[in-house]
Amino acid sequence: MADYTLPKRLTLEIVTPDRALVRETVDEVQVPAAEGYMGILPGHTPLLATLQVGQLMYRTGQQQTLLHVAFGFVEILPDRVTVLAQVAERAEDIDVARAEAAKKRAEERIAKPVSEMDFERARIAMMKSLIRLQVVSRVRTRV
Amino acid sequence: MPSLIDLRRRIRAVKSTQQITKAMKMIAASRLKRAQDRVIGARPFAQRMRGVLNGLVTRVDSSTHPLLRVPEPGEGRPLLIVLTSDRGLCGSFNSNIIKAAGQHIVEHTAATAPIVLGLVGRKGREFFGRRGFEIVYDRVNIFQKLSFADAQSLADAVIEEFISGRASRVDIIYNEFKSVISQRVVTETLLPIPRESIEDAAGAGGVVSDYLYEPAPAEIFRELLPRYVQVQVYRALLESNAAFFAAQMTAMDAATRNSTEMIDNLTLYMNKVRQAAITREIIEVVSGASAT
Repeated sequence: MADYTLPKRLTLEIVTPDRALVRETVDEVQVPAAEGYMGILPGHTPLLATLQVGQLMYRTGQQQTLLHVAFGFVEILPDRVTVLAQVAERAEDIDVARAEAAKKRAEERIAKPVSEMDFERARIAMMKSLIRLQVVSRVRTRV
Repeated sequence: MPSLIDLRRRIRAVKSTQQITKAMKMIAASRLKRAQDRVIGARPFAQRMRGVLNGLVTRVDSSTHPLLRVPEPGEGRPLLIVLTSDRGLCGSFNSNIIKAAGQHIVEHTAATAPIVLGLVGRKGREFFGRRGFEIVYDRVNIFQKLSFADAQSLADAVIEEFISGRASRVDIIYNEFKSVISQRVVTETLLPIPRESIEDAAGAGGVVSDYLYEPAPAEIFRELLPRYVQVQVYRALLESNAAFFAAQMTAMDAATRNSTEMIDNLTLYMNKVRQAAITREIIEVVSGASAT
Protein backbone atom coordinates (compact mmCIF):
# COMPACT_ATOMS: atom_id res chain seq x y z
CA MET A 1 0.00 0.00 0.00
CA ALA A 2 1.27 3.40 -0.91
CA ASP A 3 2.21 5.83 1.80
CA TYR A 4 -0.74 8.14 2.29
CA THR A 5 0.76 10.78 4.55
CA LEU A 6 -1.10 14.00 4.02
CA PRO A 7 0.78 17.03 2.74
CA LYS A 8 1.37 19.63 5.44
CA ARG A 9 1.04 22.72 3.33
CA LEU A 10 -0.55 23.97 0.14
CA THR A 11 1.03 25.58 -2.87
CA LEU A 12 -1.30 28.35 -3.88
CA GLU A 13 -1.21 29.86 -7.34
CA ILE A 14 -3.49 32.65 -8.44
CA VAL A 15 -3.35 33.65 -12.08
CA THR A 16 -5.48 35.93 -14.22
CA PRO A 17 -5.39 36.25 -18.01
CA ASP A 18 -3.07 39.26 -17.65
CA ARG A 19 -0.60 38.10 -15.05
CA ALA A 20 0.42 35.70 -12.34
CA LEU A 21 -0.62 37.25 -9.07
CA VAL A 22 0.32 34.90 -6.26
CA ARG A 23 2.59 31.90 -5.94
CA GLU A 24 3.07 30.98 -2.33
CA THR A 25 3.12 28.17 0.14
CA VAL A 26 0.22 28.59 2.53
CA ASP A 27 -1.60 26.79 5.33
CA GLU A 28 -5.18 27.50 4.42
CA VAL A 29 -7.19 28.96 1.56
CA GLN A 30 -10.79 30.15 1.44
CA VAL A 31 -12.40 30.63 -1.96
CA PRO A 32 -15.79 31.91 -3.10
CA ALA A 33 -16.94 28.84 -5.02
CA ALA A 34 -20.15 28.76 -7.01
CA GLU A 35 -22.12 27.23 -4.19
CA GLY A 36 -20.67 29.17 -1.31
CA TYR A 37 -17.39 29.83 0.41
CA MET A 38 -15.10 26.87 0.73
CA GLY A 39 -12.24 26.43 3.16
CA ILE A 40 -9.36 24.33 1.94
CA LEU A 41 -6.73 22.72 4.14
CA PRO A 42 -3.82 20.57 3.01
CA GLY A 43 -4.92 17.09 1.98
CA HIS A 44 -8.18 18.18 0.43
CA THR A 45 -9.72 15.73 -2.00
CA PRO A 46 -9.29 16.70 -5.68
CA LEU A 47 -11.99 19.16 -6.62
CA LEU A 48 -12.83 21.41 -9.48
CA ALA A 49 -15.16 24.34 -8.95
CA THR A 50 -16.23 27.55 -10.58
CA LEU A 51 -15.75 30.82 -8.79
CA GLN A 52 -18.16 33.61 -8.20
CA VAL A 53 -17.55 37.15 -7.11
CA GLY A 54 -16.12 37.24 -3.63
CA GLN A 55 -13.21 37.43 -1.26
CA LEU A 56 -10.40 34.98 -1.40
CA MET A 57 -8.46 34.58 1.79
CA TYR A 58 -5.26 32.70 2.39
CA ARG A 59 -3.38 32.17 5.59
CA THR A 60 0.29 31.49 6.22
CA GLY A 61 0.88 30.97 9.93
CA GLN A 62 -0.99 33.86 11.53
CA GLN A 63 -0.68 36.08 8.48
CA GLN A 64 -3.92 36.42 6.54
CA THR A 65 -4.20 37.95 3.10
CA LEU A 66 -7.39 39.00 1.38
CA LEU A 67 -8.03 39.35 -2.33
CA HIS A 68 -10.94 40.26 -4.50
CA VAL A 69 -11.68 37.64 -7.15
CA ALA A 70 -14.42 37.33 -9.74
CA PHE A 71 -15.30 34.38 -11.96
CA GLY A 72 -13.06 31.66 -13.19
CA PHE A 73 -12.13 28.29 -11.80
CA VAL A 74 -10.30 26.69 -8.97
CA GLU A 75 -8.55 23.35 -9.11
CA ILE A 76 -7.84 21.76 -5.80
CA LEU A 77 -5.38 18.92 -5.33
CA PRO A 78 -4.17 17.57 -1.98
CA ASP A 79 -1.04 19.71 -2.05
CA ARG A 80 -1.93 22.39 -4.53
CA VAL A 81 -4.59 25.01 -5.20
CA THR A 82 -4.70 26.68 -8.59
CA VAL A 83 -7.01 29.63 -9.02
CA LEU A 84 -7.71 30.66 -12.60
CA ALA A 85 -9.65 33.86 -12.06
CA GLN A 86 -11.01 36.29 -14.59
CA VAL A 87 -10.35 39.11 -12.21
CA ALA A 88 -8.17 39.11 -9.10
CA GLU A 89 -6.84 42.05 -7.15
CA ARG A 90 -4.94 42.49 -3.95
CA ALA A 91 -6.46 44.87 -1.43
CA GLU A 92 -3.75 47.44 -2.04
CA ASP A 93 -4.40 47.44 -5.78
CA ILE A 94 -8.08 48.22 -5.46
CA ASP A 95 -9.07 51.68 -6.56
CA VAL A 96 -11.51 52.75 -3.84
CA ALA A 97 -12.83 55.77 -5.71
CA ARG A 98 -13.57 53.66 -8.77
CA ALA A 99 -15.30 50.99 -6.73
CA GLU A 100 -17.43 53.63 -5.00
CA ALA A 101 -18.39 55.14 -8.34
CA ALA A 102 -19.22 51.72 -9.77
CA LYS A 103 -21.36 50.95 -6.75
CA LYS A 104 -23.30 54.17 -7.14
CA ARG A 105 -23.81 53.57 -10.83
CA ALA A 106 -25.00 50.04 -10.19
CA GLU A 107 -27.40 51.26 -7.49
CA GLU A 108 -28.97 53.67 -9.93
CA ARG A 109 -29.36 50.98 -12.57
CA ILE A 110 -30.93 48.60 -10.12
CA ALA A 111 -33.35 51.28 -9.00
CA LYS A 112 -34.74 51.64 -12.51
CA PRO A 113 -33.62 48.79 -14.74
CA VAL A 114 -34.12 49.23 -18.48
CA SER A 115 -34.11 45.56 -19.33
CA GLU A 116 -33.63 42.15 -17.78
CA MET A 117 -30.06 41.92 -19.01
CA ASP A 118 -29.27 45.37 -17.72
CA PHE A 119 -30.43 44.38 -14.29
CA GLU A 120 -28.28 41.28 -14.24
CA ARG A 121 -25.22 43.24 -15.28
CA ALA A 122 -25.89 45.89 -12.72
CA ARG A 123 -26.30 43.22 -10.06
CA ILE A 124 -22.90 41.75 -10.91
CA ALA A 125 -21.28 45.18 -11.02
CA MET A 126 -22.83 45.92 -7.64
CA MET A 127 -21.50 42.71 -6.16
CA LYS A 128 -18.02 43.33 -7.50
CA SER A 129 -17.85 46.85 -6.11
CA LEU A 130 -19.24 45.79 -2.74
CA ILE A 131 -16.71 43.00 -2.39
CA ARG A 132 -13.90 45.30 -3.44
CA LEU A 133 -14.87 47.81 -0.79
CA GLN A 134 -15.23 45.06 1.79
CA VAL A 135 -11.78 43.70 1.06
CA VAL A 136 -10.27 47.15 1.36
CA SER A 137 -12.05 48.05 4.58
CA ARG A 138 -11.21 44.75 6.26
CA VAL A 139 -7.56 45.19 5.48
CA ARG A 140 -7.57 48.84 6.57
CA THR A 141 -9.21 48.19 9.94
CA ARG A 142 -6.80 45.44 10.79
CA VAL A 143 -3.73 47.61 10.24
CA MET B 1 33.11 55.66 -63.95
CA PRO B 2 30.01 57.19 -62.30
CA SER B 3 30.00 60.92 -61.94
CA LEU B 4 30.35 62.65 -58.60
CA ILE B 5 26.82 63.95 -58.76
CA ASP B 6 25.40 60.47 -59.23
CA LEU B 7 27.37 59.18 -56.27
CA ARG B 8 26.23 62.03 -54.05
CA ARG B 9 22.66 61.33 -55.05
CA ARG B 10 23.01 57.65 -54.20
CA ILE B 11 24.46 58.42 -50.82
CA ARG B 12 21.62 60.76 -50.10
CA ALA B 13 19.09 58.11 -51.11
CA VAL B 14 20.68 55.49 -48.89
CA LYS B 15 20.75 57.97 -46.03
CA SER B 16 17.05 58.70 -46.24
CA THR B 17 16.29 54.98 -46.41
CA GLN B 18 18.41 54.57 -43.33
CA GLN B 19 16.42 57.20 -41.52
CA ILE B 20 13.27 55.28 -42.25
CA THR B 21 14.67 51.96 -41.10
CA LYS B 22 16.00 53.62 -37.99
CA ALA B 23 12.62 55.13 -37.19
CA MET B 24 10.90 51.80 -37.83
CA LYS B 25 13.32 50.08 -35.55
CA MET B 26 12.54 52.51 -32.75
CA ILE B 27 8.82 52.17 -33.24
CA ALA B 28 9.08 48.40 -33.26
CA ALA B 29 11.20 48.52 -30.12
CA SER B 30 8.67 50.59 -28.21
CA ARG B 31 5.74 48.44 -29.35
CA LEU B 32 7.71 45.33 -28.59
CA LYS B 33 8.07 46.36 -24.97
CA ARG B 34 4.31 46.49 -24.53
CA ALA B 35 3.63 43.35 -26.54
CA GLN B 36 6.28 41.52 -24.56
CA ASP B 37 4.78 42.52 -21.22
CA ARG B 38 1.39 41.31 -22.36
CA VAL B 39 2.58 37.93 -23.55
CA ILE B 40 4.67 37.33 -20.45
CA GLY B 41 1.65 38.22 -18.34
CA ALA B 42 -0.59 35.89 -20.29
CA ARG B 43 1.68 32.86 -20.21
CA PRO B 44 1.14 31.62 -16.66
CA PHE B 45 -2.63 31.60 -17.02
CA ALA B 46 -2.51 29.69 -20.30
CA GLN B 47 0.00 27.23 -18.90
CA ARG B 48 -1.85 26.59 -15.65
CA MET B 49 -5.06 26.16 -17.58
CA ARG B 50 -3.43 23.70 -19.93
CA GLY B 51 -2.11 21.83 -16.90
CA VAL B 52 -5.55 21.60 -15.33
CA LEU B 53 -7.16 20.56 -18.60
CA ASN B 54 -4.56 17.89 -19.39
CA GLY B 55 -5.17 16.31 -16.04
CA LEU B 56 -8.88 16.64 -16.46
CA VAL B 57 -9.33 15.06 -19.88
CA THR B 58 -7.36 12.05 -18.73
CA ARG B 59 -9.76 11.48 -15.88
CA VAL B 60 -13.17 12.22 -17.27
CA ASP B 61 -15.34 10.45 -19.75
CA SER B 62 -15.08 12.04 -23.17
CA SER B 63 -18.83 12.04 -23.66
CA THR B 64 -19.41 14.64 -20.95
CA HIS B 65 -18.97 17.57 -23.30
CA PRO B 66 -18.80 17.94 -27.12
CA LEU B 67 -15.36 19.55 -26.88
CA LEU B 68 -13.97 16.46 -25.15
CA ARG B 69 -15.05 14.22 -27.98
CA VAL B 70 -12.40 12.29 -29.86
CA PRO B 71 -13.44 12.17 -33.52
CA GLU B 72 -13.55 8.83 -35.25
CA PRO B 73 -10.92 8.27 -37.92
CA GLY B 74 -12.27 9.39 -41.27
CA GLU B 75 -14.63 11.86 -39.72
CA GLY B 76 -14.22 15.50 -40.67
CA ARG B 77 -11.16 17.25 -42.03
CA PRO B 78 -8.10 18.69 -40.32
CA LEU B 79 -8.18 22.43 -39.73
CA LEU B 80 -5.00 24.47 -39.53
CA ILE B 81 -4.92 27.99 -38.13
CA VAL B 82 -2.01 30.04 -39.49
CA LEU B 83 -0.99 33.23 -37.71
CA THR B 84 0.98 35.61 -39.90
CA SER B 85 1.49 39.36 -39.67
CA ASP B 86 -0.31 42.12 -41.51
CA ARG B 87 2.80 43.98 -42.48
CA GLY B 88 6.18 43.01 -43.82
CA LEU B 89 9.70 44.32 -43.24
CA CYS B 90 10.16 41.75 -40.54
CA GLY B 91 12.80 39.42 -41.90
CA SER B 92 11.82 35.80 -42.28
CA PHE B 93 8.91 36.01 -39.85
CA ASN B 94 6.21 35.18 -42.38
CA SER B 95 8.21 33.00 -44.72
CA ASN B 96 9.13 30.69 -41.83
CA ILE B 97 5.48 30.36 -40.87
CA ILE B 98 4.37 29.73 -44.42
CA LYS B 99 7.10 27.15 -44.94
CA ALA B 100 6.13 25.30 -41.78
CA ALA B 101 2.45 25.54 -42.65
CA GLY B 102 3.18 24.11 -46.08
CA GLN B 103 4.91 21.16 -44.51
CA HIS B 104 2.05 20.59 -42.11
CA ILE B 105 -0.41 20.70 -44.98
CA VAL B 106 1.56 18.11 -46.94
CA GLU B 107 1.73 15.82 -43.91
CA HIS B 108 -1.95 16.09 -43.03
CA THR B 109 -3.58 16.09 -46.40
CA ALA B 110 -5.33 12.91 -47.28
CA ALA B 111 -7.07 12.37 -50.59
CA THR B 112 -10.42 11.95 -48.90
CA ALA B 113 -10.06 14.85 -46.49
CA PRO B 114 -8.14 17.86 -47.81
CA ILE B 115 -6.99 20.25 -45.15
CA VAL B 116 -8.97 23.39 -44.34
CA LEU B 117 -7.32 26.65 -43.33
CA GLY B 118 -8.05 29.47 -40.96
CA LEU B 119 -5.95 32.55 -41.57
CA VAL B 120 -5.03 35.50 -39.42
CA GLY B 121 -2.92 38.27 -40.93
CA ARG B 122 -2.66 39.75 -44.37
CA LYS B 123 0.52 37.93 -45.36
CA GLY B 124 -1.07 34.55 -44.88
CA ARG B 125 -4.09 35.58 -46.88
CA GLU B 126 -1.91 36.82 -49.71
CA PHE B 127 -0.10 33.52 -49.87
CA PHE B 128 -2.80 30.92 -49.23
CA GLY B 129 -5.73 32.93 -50.50
CA ARG B 130 -5.06 32.23 -54.15
CA ARG B 131 -3.83 28.68 -53.91
CA GLY B 132 -7.21 27.02 -53.89
CA PHE B 133 -7.50 26.04 -50.25
CA GLU B 134 -10.80 26.08 -48.51
CA ILE B 135 -10.66 28.86 -45.93
CA VAL B 136 -13.10 28.87 -43.05
CA TYR B 137 -11.78 31.85 -41.15
CA ASP B 138 -9.95 34.90 -42.38
CA ARG B 139 -9.06 37.95 -40.38
CA VAL B 140 -6.74 40.84 -41.07
CA ASN B 141 -5.78 43.95 -39.13
CA ILE B 142 -6.44 42.57 -35.69
CA PHE B 143 -2.92 43.03 -34.40
CA GLN B 144 -3.08 46.80 -34.18
CA LYS B 145 -5.48 46.66 -31.28
CA LEU B 146 -5.36 43.11 -30.12
CA SER B 147 -8.02 42.31 -27.55
CA PHE B 148 -9.46 39.23 -25.94
CA ALA B 149 -12.54 39.67 -28.12
CA ASP B 150 -10.42 38.90 -31.20
CA ALA B 151 -9.28 35.67 -29.63
CA GLN B 152 -12.86 34.90 -28.71
CA SER B 153 -14.07 35.30 -32.28
CA LEU B 154 -11.38 32.96 -33.60
CA ALA B 155 -11.92 30.48 -30.79
CA ASP B 156 -15.66 30.43 -31.36
CA ALA B 157 -15.12 29.68 -35.04
CA VAL B 158 -12.76 26.86 -34.10
CA ILE B 159 -15.18 25.43 -31.55
CA GLU B 160 -18.03 25.61 -34.02
CA GLU B 161 -16.04 23.68 -36.64
CA PHE B 162 -15.03 21.04 -34.14
CA ILE B 163 -18.37 20.53 -32.44
CA SER B 164 -20.24 20.31 -35.72
CA GLY B 165 -17.90 17.49 -36.76
CA ARG B 166 -16.56 19.34 -39.80
CA ALA B 167 -13.10 19.50 -38.27
CA SER B 168 -11.43 16.32 -37.06
CA ARG B 169 -8.61 18.21 -35.37
CA VAL B 170 -7.49 21.79 -35.05
CA ASP B 171 -3.86 22.84 -35.03
CA ILE B 172 -2.47 26.32 -34.73
CA ILE B 173 0.83 27.44 -36.13
CA TYR B 174 2.49 30.64 -34.98
CA ASN B 175 5.75 32.34 -34.07
CA GLU B 176 6.53 32.00 -30.41
CA PHE B 177 8.30 34.90 -28.80
CA LYS B 178 11.44 33.39 -27.33
CA SER B 179 13.56 36.48 -26.96
CA VAL B 180 14.11 39.74 -28.73
CA ILE B 181 16.50 38.13 -31.15
CA SER B 182 14.80 34.81 -31.70
CA GLN B 183 11.39 33.52 -32.63
CA ARG B 184 10.42 29.91 -32.89
CA VAL B 185 7.76 28.49 -35.16
CA VAL B 186 5.51 26.21 -33.12
CA THR B 187 2.62 23.99 -34.06
CA GLU B 188 0.17 23.22 -31.30
CA THR B 189 -2.88 21.05 -31.25
CA LEU B 190 -5.87 22.97 -29.94
CA LEU B 191 -8.50 20.28 -30.30
CA PRO B 192 -9.02 17.55 -29.40
CA ILE B 193 -7.44 18.53 -26.11
CA PRO B 194 -4.12 16.67 -25.79
CA ARG B 195 -4.30 13.85 -23.30
CA GLU B 196 -1.65 12.97 -20.80
CA SER B 197 -0.82 9.32 -20.76
CA ILE B 198 -2.14 7.57 -17.68
CA GLU B 199 1.37 6.80 -16.38
CA ASP B 200 2.30 10.49 -16.52
CA ALA B 201 -0.75 11.48 -14.57
CA ALA B 202 -0.04 8.83 -11.97
CA GLY B 203 3.58 9.91 -11.70
CA ALA B 204 2.66 13.54 -11.12
CA GLY B 205 -0.37 13.29 -8.88
CA GLY B 206 0.31 10.06 -7.01
CA VAL B 207 -3.07 8.50 -7.62
CA VAL B 208 -5.29 8.98 -10.60
CA SER B 209 -8.66 9.78 -9.17
CA ASP B 210 -11.65 11.68 -10.38
CA TYR B 211 -12.41 15.12 -9.06
CA LEU B 212 -15.34 16.26 -7.06
CA TYR B 213 -17.22 18.93 -8.94
CA GLU B 214 -19.06 21.96 -7.76
CA PRO B 215 -21.42 22.54 -9.55
CA ALA B 216 -21.99 19.47 -11.74
CA PRO B 217 -19.28 18.51 -14.28
CA ALA B 218 -21.42 19.32 -17.31
CA GLU B 219 -21.94 22.82 -16.05
CA ILE B 220 -18.28 23.42 -15.26
CA PHE B 221 -17.19 22.09 -18.63
CA ARG B 222 -19.65 24.31 -20.41
CA GLU B 223 -17.72 27.28 -19.06
CA LEU B 224 -14.25 25.84 -18.74
CA LEU B 225 -13.70 24.22 -22.13
CA PRO B 226 -14.63 27.13 -24.40
CA ARG B 227 -12.63 29.35 -22.09
CA TYR B 228 -9.67 27.03 -22.49
CA VAL B 229 -9.72 27.32 -26.27
CA GLN B 230 -10.07 31.09 -26.04
CA VAL B 231 -7.16 31.41 -23.68
CA GLN B 232 -4.88 29.25 -25.82
CA VAL B 233 -5.80 31.22 -28.93
CA TYR B 234 -5.32 34.49 -27.09
CA ARG B 235 -1.87 33.47 -25.96
CA ALA B 236 -0.92 32.41 -29.49
CA LEU B 237 -2.06 35.77 -30.84
CA LEU B 238 -0.06 37.62 -28.21
CA GLU B 239 3.01 35.47 -28.87
CA SER B 240 2.77 36.12 -32.57
CA ASN B 241 2.31 39.83 -32.00
CA ALA B 242 5.34 40.14 -29.75
CA ALA B 243 7.40 37.94 -32.06
CA PHE B 244 6.46 40.15 -34.98
CA PHE B 245 7.76 43.30 -33.34
CA ALA B 246 10.90 41.49 -32.25
CA ALA B 247 11.46 40.25 -35.81
CA GLN B 248 10.80 43.67 -37.22
CA MET B 249 13.12 45.29 -34.77
CA THR B 250 15.97 42.92 -35.57
CA ALA B 251 15.36 43.21 -39.30
CA MET B 252 15.33 46.99 -39.17
CA ASP B 253 18.39 47.05 -36.96
CA ALA B 254 20.25 44.94 -39.51
CA ALA B 255 19.01 47.16 -42.31
CA THR B 256 20.24 50.26 -40.51
CA ARG B 257 23.62 48.68 -39.95
CA ASN B 258 23.88 47.56 -43.56
CA SER B 259 23.01 50.99 -44.82
CA THR B 260 25.71 52.54 -42.63
CA GLU B 261 28.18 50.16 -44.23
CA MET B 262 26.85 50.99 -47.65
CA ILE B 263 27.19 54.72 -47.02
CA ASP B 264 30.77 54.21 -45.87
CA ASN B 265 31.64 52.27 -49.00
CA LEU B 266 29.97 54.77 -51.26
CA THR B 267 31.67 57.70 -49.53
CA LEU B 268 35.03 56.03 -49.90
CA TYR B 269 34.39 55.36 -53.55
CA MET B 270 33.15 58.90 -54.09
CA ASN B 271 36.32 60.32 -52.52
CA LYS B 272 38.44 58.13 -54.78
CA VAL B 273 36.54 59.35 -57.80
CA ARG B 274 36.91 62.93 -56.66
CA GLN B 275 40.64 62.54 -56.07
CA ALA B 276 41.08 60.89 -59.45
CA ALA B 277 39.33 63.83 -61.06
CA ILE B 278 41.53 66.32 -59.21
CA THR B 279 44.67 64.39 -60.11
CA ARG B 280 43.63 64.30 -63.73
CA GLU B 281 43.04 68.03 -63.76
CA ILE B 282 46.44 68.72 -62.18
CA ILE B 283 48.13 66.47 -64.74
CA GLU B 284 46.33 68.34 -67.48
CA VAL B 285 47.38 71.70 -66.07
CA VAL B 286 50.99 70.56 -65.55
CA SER B 287 51.30 68.97 -68.98
CA GLY B 288 49.67 72.03 -70.52
CA ALA B 289 52.18 74.31 -68.76
CA SER B 290 55.22 72.22 -69.74
CA ALA B 291 54.05 72.09 -73.34
CA THR B 292 54.25 75.83 -73.74
